[in-house]
Amino acid sequence: MTMSADTPDASPDDAPSRAELATRVDELENALEEATTEDDGKKMSIIATKGTLDMAYPPLILASTAAAFGYEVTVFHTFWGLDILHEERSKNLQLSSVGNPNMPVPNAIAALPGMDRVTTKMMEKKIEDNDTATIEELIDTSLEMGVEFQACQMTIDLMDYDEDDFYDGVTTGVGAATAIQDMADADIQLLI
Amino acid sequence: MTQYEATETLDVKGENCPMPVVKTKQSIDQLAEGEILEVLATDPGSMSDLGGWADTTDGVELVDQQEGDGVYTHYVRKTE
Repeated sequence: MTMSADTPDASPDDAPSRAELATRVDELENALEEATTEDDGKKMSIIATKGTLDMAYPPLILASTAAAFGYEVTVFHTFWGLDILHEERSKNLQLSSVGNPNMPVPNAIAALPGMDRVTTKMMEKKIEDNDTATIEELIDTSLEMGVEFQACQMTIDLMDYDEDDFYDGVTTGVGAATAIQDMADADIQLLI
Repeated sequence: MTQYEATETLDVKGENCPMPVVKTKQSIDQLAEGEILEVLATDPGSMSDLGGWADTTDGVELVDQQEGDGVYTHYVRKTE
């Protein structure tokens, strides 16, 4: 005796009918389309934790460039990274030779009072001579391109900063959960 | 060298990473579909960077890149 697979009698009573299966396939196709459509928006999430002149560059360069690639970019600034968004302090970010053996000043000399000022001036001169974009220029450009800069509320309070100290357009009143949510949604996540 | 009918020219000579790519994006956003942007740069990194950007970004196509007299000329078409 033979019985073909599509013989209705072969199915147990609780098996779905063809019509039910067709409906289910339609539902799945719609869900797939929705999921892939939503996925079209590429996202990048950066956590910026450093506020020295050299370490302020990477998050800003990557954020503005990713925006040029069409990414929706969020940069969450915490601890010293807040200084990058601080309107006054961002124009006066410092660079130290201490602990950086690649700098041309020996640690023993670099630790002397006023030496950070000297190494910072050296770097600022190189930036100017090389026509490298300034921190302020990169922030302005990034904001123009729709990058969302977030200032961590806990560290704003810790550092005794005021919400008005930051550039216009900077989001305040956000914490770690907001950063995690952004990272969970993002295609690229970076801690700098 | 092949000449292209560029609608606009963006001069980023003297500027460095990331500005050639970022300003190219800002300029191409102002163009209509099918139009070509000519980008003049002195940053040698712009050859790789603009190529990579155009490859990965929707709606733009790198038509050509030329080098001469220390200037890198890029032609980018807006495709959508």
